[in-house]
Amino acid sequence: MSNIASAFARGKAFIPFITCGDPDLETTAACVRACVANGAGLIELGIPFSDPTAEGPVIQAANLRALTGGVTTDRIFGLVRDLRRDVAVPMVFMTYANVVFSYGAERFISTCRDIGIDGLILPDLPFEEKGEFLPLCRQYGVDLISLVAPTSADRIAMIARKAEGFLYIVSSLGVTGTRSEITTDLASIVKVVRANTSIPCAIGFGISTPEQAAKMASYSDGAIVGSAIIKLLAQYGTSAPEHVGAYVRAMTEALG
Amino acid sequence: MSNGRFGMHGGQYIPETLMNAVIELEAAYDHYKNDPDFNRELAYLFNEYAGRPSRLYYAEKMTRDLGGAKIYLKREDLNHTGAHKINNVLGQALLAKKMGKTRLIAETGAGQHGVATATAAALMGMQCVVFMGEEDTKRQALNVYRMRLLGAEVVPVTTGTGTLKDAVSEAMREWTRRIDDTHYCLGSVMGPHPFPTIVRDFQAVISREIKQQLQEKEGRLPDAVIACVGGGSNAIGSFYHFIPEPSVRLIGCEAAGRGVDTFETAATIATGRLGIFHGMKSYFCQDEYGQIAPVYSISAGLDYPGVGPEHAWLHDTGRAEYVPITDDEAVDAFEYLARTEGIIPAIESAHAVAYAQKLAPTMGKDQIVVITISGRGDKDCAAIARYRGEDIHE
Repeated sequence: MSNIASAFARGKAFIPFITCGDPDLETTAACVRACVANGAGLIELGIPFSDPTAEGPVIQAANLRALTGGVTTDRIFGLVRDLRRDVAVPMVFMTYANVVFSYGAERFISTCRDIGIDGLILPDLPFEEKGEFLPLCRQYGVDLISLVAPTSADRIAMIARKAEGFLYIVSSLGVTGTRSEITTDLASIVKVVRANTSIPCAIGFGISTPEQAAKMASYSDGAIVGSAIIKLLAQYGTSAPEHVGAYVRAMTEALG
Repeated sequence: MSNGRFGMHGGQYIPETLMNAVIELEAAYDHYKNDPDFNRELAYLFNEYAGRPSRLYYAEKMTRDLGGAKIYLKREDLNHTGAHKINNVLGQALLAKKMGKTRLIAETGAGQHGVATATAAALMGMQCVVFMGEEDTKRQALNVYRMRLLGAEVVPVTTGTGTLKDAVSEAMREWTRRIDDTHYCLGSVMGPHPFPTIVRDFQAVISREIKQQLQEKEGRLPDAVIACVGGGSNAIGSFYHFIPEPSVRLIGCEAAGRGVDTFETAATIATGRLGIFHGMKSYFCQDEYGQIAPVYSISAGLDYPGVGPEHAWLHDTGRAEYVPITDDEAVDAFEYLARTEGIIPAIESAHAVAYAQKLAPTMGKDQIVVITISGRGDKDCAAIARYRGEDIHE
């Protein structure tokens, strides 16, 4: 069983997403600790990319702030090393295939293991292209997280059967960002997922309120929230950690 | 290795949300590419609407002036809408219509692909939205107006560098938002499979015609074919039917901007390295951490940090050569062709003319060079005037 499973062992997991280095790495570290202190089950750490094609305007802007601030993959590895001294919850990286590929896939993935990263989410690496990194992920014990989308239809079973760590269910069409309403028939998607895998599944994209999180977690094993947290960082900058902590508290309480 | 590879390049590095869309597109294309009715309709549009076949013109004055190889110009600039882009767009729009799509979205750099897409959408009664970098909407204001005139909505893209790569990213984002009724009419031989293959097949008409026309005029193959390369659609179209003919040199001209030794360049093969971006594995201009580099060229159509996967493969195998051409060289060639032959080429195509000016004098008078003039230069006149220090208003 991968370390990621422990995130879901105590009930529904709340999974916050934070772009590393937005606005600086000290703030990122403080936000991660605030998330953990307030009950987050798993932390999704974004390594910024210059051209994040799966992101809406909020996370695009965070990527730009972080890169402008001079953050690099190596400095983010340093951040995780530092966090791992006191942070025990599972942590995964969310980034784009080129960030891993250009660093040298083996060098990147072996470093993930060394610093205590449990999984890798790459939104531009669909099922058909997993072979690019999967053998290395297996070799170094880093879960390569699979995603299913509202358009996946007959692909859900195939993807779920091979999924590792947890399965990321994309709630809606389009890019990341908050939505007032999520209309996808998630219950039906989760039903197919459950029939094909025993690993946990969590729903992300468009979730911002405790009510939405509770509803999404009622279908699945957890809720993933990015843009709503990034908005707090955009608003409060280096003083965001306390606001992020309070937000995470409200969300974890809603999940029960 | 997955679908749609050219050597190690290509593939389908896209969000799961888009996977069924590209699978559906591939299935439809595989069906219609061999469908006689589809091919008859497309041939009709090519000939009666777009004005094909385009001329292969013997540039006698240029030949005499350069004093070497005989020079022919493949006049894609004479196509309807003024560039080779219409070849691909008519093919994709017809395919999209057969697939039951009612809306086309597209990215555009110089505006030529946007204008072509807006044209095809008007012709076929489809909705059209074109994403264009804000910087490019300023450089190519006339084309923005043309697209609007044709009934398209033009969305200025302000993210990133506000150029072609950002327009591609935004079009991809829009496609993930709305797939059911929408076809992404990608403008070059790039992006995820099956786009590099589909676009190449629709552009291959260029080399098919060159081969036939030169056979009629000279009774033989050319010694070299020269075309400009951004994503690389007119170049792959010009090369395709000559790839199995080893005697024909295939030369792609990249935009070097202010020079390949500066950061203000878009010469991907000269300065880039292997990466994964915009759905494909290929060569990209990027930093040591894989962040895509802001590129620069005077030509909005070549101002892209990557190159199509088939070109990356032709480079790897040595079958094609890729050479960088600077802004200065391209502008000189723009003016040279205007004065020498009375033909104003697109600034993109002027990159190919510039290399021919270097190459032809080194070749024998019994040799033949074909330059693809991928588009006409009317759209560039104001920008070139500014480059020469003259401020004119359109």
